[in-house]
Amino acid sequence: MTTDQWTTVADVASAVCLLGGAFLAFAAGVGVLRFPDLLARMHAGTKPQVLGLILVLIGLALRLRSGGAVWALVLVAVFQMLTAPVAAHMVGRAGYRTGKVRSDLLVVDELTSDQELARARDHGRAEDDDPRD
Amino acid sequence: MTVVVVVCGVLLTAGAFLAVIRAEKGPSMLDRTIALDIVVTTMIAAVALYAAVNRRADVVPILVVLSLVGFVGSVTIARFASVEPEGEGRVRTREEIAAQEAERIDNEDYAEESRRSGRREETDEHHGGGAEGEVR
Repeated sequence: MTTDQWTTVADVASAVCLLGGAFLAFAAGVGVLRFPDLLARMHAGTKPQVLGLILVLIGLALRLRSGGAVWALVLVAVFQMLTAPVAAHMVGRAGYRTGKVRSDLLVVDELTSDQELARARDHGRAEDDDPRD
Repeated sequence: MTVVVVVCGVLLTAGAFLAVIRAEKGPSMLDRTIALDIVVTTMIAAVALYAAVNRRADVVPILVVLSLVGFVGSVTIARFASVEPEGEGRVRTREEIAAQEAERIDNEDYAEESRRSGRREETDEHHGGGAEGEVR
């Protein structure tokens, strides 16, 4: 194929990637508005943060087609993949501890049951150590 | 390419707008944080779209900065999230704010009166201390 044809292919591929990324951003907006509780909204919100962003960056890289800029875009993706889990972890933990998680919507809730088990175990140990009985 | 740009722009704008509606409705601080995270992500996508349309490689540093700074807000807010009473996260109406303000001023007046009508006997000083209801 000639260079012209390759350029067209890259442009079409980049258009598809950009459309995919924009659609994921829209889906996140709908999800964060419609979903019932914090964890479900977090689930919707993380779609454009990783997959959507990477699609948009691939689309941009296919349009730019120059070495230095593409490496900077790889850097953007790496930074986002490093920071998104940190933010999600902090928000999820704070949400769980301040009671923003609706347990009636959860299918599996291992954290609560584990915490109850640990509390019961600690309680039993404290009674064993008590010298008065 | 023009059609793609218009469709992408509409989708991004709609997504950001819906996220802003969620940020307004709340109900808690963390929901607003997530919504504003989505707004930042949409902004990154919009800048990338602009760069792709005009083939401008010089806006790529903006993407790097946004992807680094975007998470600072949510981490900071999550660190100081506390148990909010029912209805606390709601945006109050003008009348409610006026009523609360009047009550606060009344309380201050009362405190001022009682301070003037004789030195208060309590001498314990306040040295700050830990924030209440903070997540540790």
